[in-house]
Amino acid sequence: MELCQLTIHQAHELLKSREISSVELTKASLERISQVEEKVHAFVSISSPSISQAEASDEMIRKGEITLLTGIPVAIKDNMCTQGVRTTCSSRMLESFVPPYNATVVERLISAGMVMVGKTNMDEFAMGSSTENSAFSPTYNPWDVGRVPGGSSGGSASAVAVDEVIYALGSDTGGSIRQPAGFCSVVGLKPTYGRVSRYGLIAFASSLDQIGPLTKDVTDCAIVLNVIAGHDPRDATSVPYPVPDYTQSLLHNADTIPDLKGLRIGVPREYFVAGIQSGVDEVIRTAIGKLAELGAEVDWDVSLPHTSYALSVYYIIAPSEASANLARYDGVKYGFSYQEAGSMWDALEKTRQFGFGPEVKRRIMLGTYALSAGYYDAYYLKAQKVRTLIRREFDEAFSGSTTKKRFDALVTPTSPTVPFELGEKMDDPLQMYLSDVCTLPISIAGVPAISIPAGFVNGLPVGMQIIGKPFSEETLLRIAYAYEQATEWHKMRPLI
Amino acid sequence: MILSQEEVNHIALLARLGLSNEEVERFREQLSNILENFAILQEVDTTDVPPTAQPIPLQNILRQDDVDSSLPCEEVMANAPRREGNYFRVKSVLGKS
Repeated sequence: MELCQLTIHQAHELLKSREISSVELTKASLERISQVEEKVHAFVSISSPSISQAEASDEMIRKGEITLLTGIPVAIKDNMCTQGVRTTCSSRMLESFVPPYNATVVERLISAGMVMVGKTNMDEFAMGSSTENSAFSPTYNPWDVGRVPGGSSGGSASAVAVDEVIYALGSDTGGSIRQPAGFCSVVGLKPTYGRVSRYGLIAFASSLDQIGPLTKDVTDCAIVLNVIAGHDPRDATSVPYPVPDYTQSLLHNADTIPDLKGLRIGVPREYFVAGIQSGVDEVIRTAIGKLAELGAEVDWDVSLPHTSYALSVYYIIAPSEASANLARYDGVKYGFSYQEAGSMWDALEKTRQFGFGPEVKRRIMLGTYALSAGYYDAYYLKAQKVRTLIRREFDEAFSGSTTKKRFDALVTPTSPTVPFELGEKMDDPLQMYLSDVCTLPISIAGVPAISIPAGFVNGLPVGMQIIGKPFSEETLLRIAYAYEQATEWHKMRPLI
Repeated sequence: MILSQEEVNHIALLARLGLSNEEVERFREQLSNILENFAILQEVDTTDVPPTAQPIPLQNILRQDDVDSSLPCEEVMANAPRREGNYFRVKSVLGKS
């Protein structure tokens, strides 16, 4: 096995026993990037200090100061601020922006001894489901380079799937970790809103944005979550709740496979109707059957009737918040600035006209309209009220207070389709928005969900989404891990 | 179509977003189409349902007003498109630029 193919826990064992060094591991990662990057274009930039970070990690390891992430190459989505390293959000607006500080998650990874090999490509300002909205270049799906890797964290998902890095960070506003994880056959977790600090994450929609890991297996996901989760005084929306050791939920006897006895899993029927491809439907039903074989009690007759409103709720709330968050890009303090204008207003309008791409403009327009005088009640306030109803449905499914049907988790497809072709949905925004139809309700409710590899349809990956109540990441990881140990999907690699 | 050309121009002005004539027409069509789909929300009964602004039960996070170090001025100013000393230079706000 090539070094770049290792998981975090495998690489850690070899680093700890000094069989390999972080410099060797990092060079293997850079070598892999030089082989495949031209085909997948997962990165916006490759960071030059990675070898010196690897040398520093080797020095730490020599001194016996090793954490599970020490010396391990990581890629970070290009919307998380990295001090002294260009952070573009894949936008012309921030093409030359060099942050003077680190995001909290980056600080935490630095403390754990990370080696950052680069910043990954994304849909501009995380707005999109295919990574085609990057101002620089699309990212390609390593399973079929004629298809999209999903988005907006398509660069992170693709880089992990193709072994350019051992793991990556992404961000998820309406599915931007889970959908690309599903499309690229890697593990992607959107933690509960508030579990991970967003300080230094360039804001898209503040009531929805959350950072999470993209990894090669579930164990790695737990390892990364352990490091990035927790309260941060710099993010008032991060919760002051204790952080469990997430790897503990994966423990089992070495001679047995983990089971799911005592767990109740619900299958909401609304996720299996409109627009789902029959191959995807079949793969997910088979995967759920596996969960039952592992001892889970599966109820196939669950209904979350407000699911069909989630798309509209999301595409009112997220653009509204985005229109406010992106008002800061005025060409004064940082970022692209149109200098040839006559007046201040002209400069402002032209800065935004030439700095933002089409999807970002579309969402700023949509959000501005939804918040404008005369339309606020009909759109924004209405969407917030329906948001309450969607959240209540999840609360009911996880508490069983009226229906007496209480579930530990709900299971759905991550996406209704396999990865689609490049350009297929670019002219029809609504069709593009529909590709997030299975992930949006979870974001609206602020609950956690994980996507794990569940199989293939004609060689194209299918992800299974496991949804839990707030702060139940341990349960999600336990279910995901049991399924992973009983299947081989996570071991498959694209031939590229 | 739900939106007129004037409305698209009005929204663009509110957002201070310059648009070409072609973009105005394209957004008029696309945004009208998207807004038509939002109409399904009107069928949901939300009588007595409170709005959700964000999904966690945290409110009024307070902290001590401690004196702490700030970011180094030079690093912050390094991203300025136009500067004069430690000031961001902008076009004149009042009167002629």
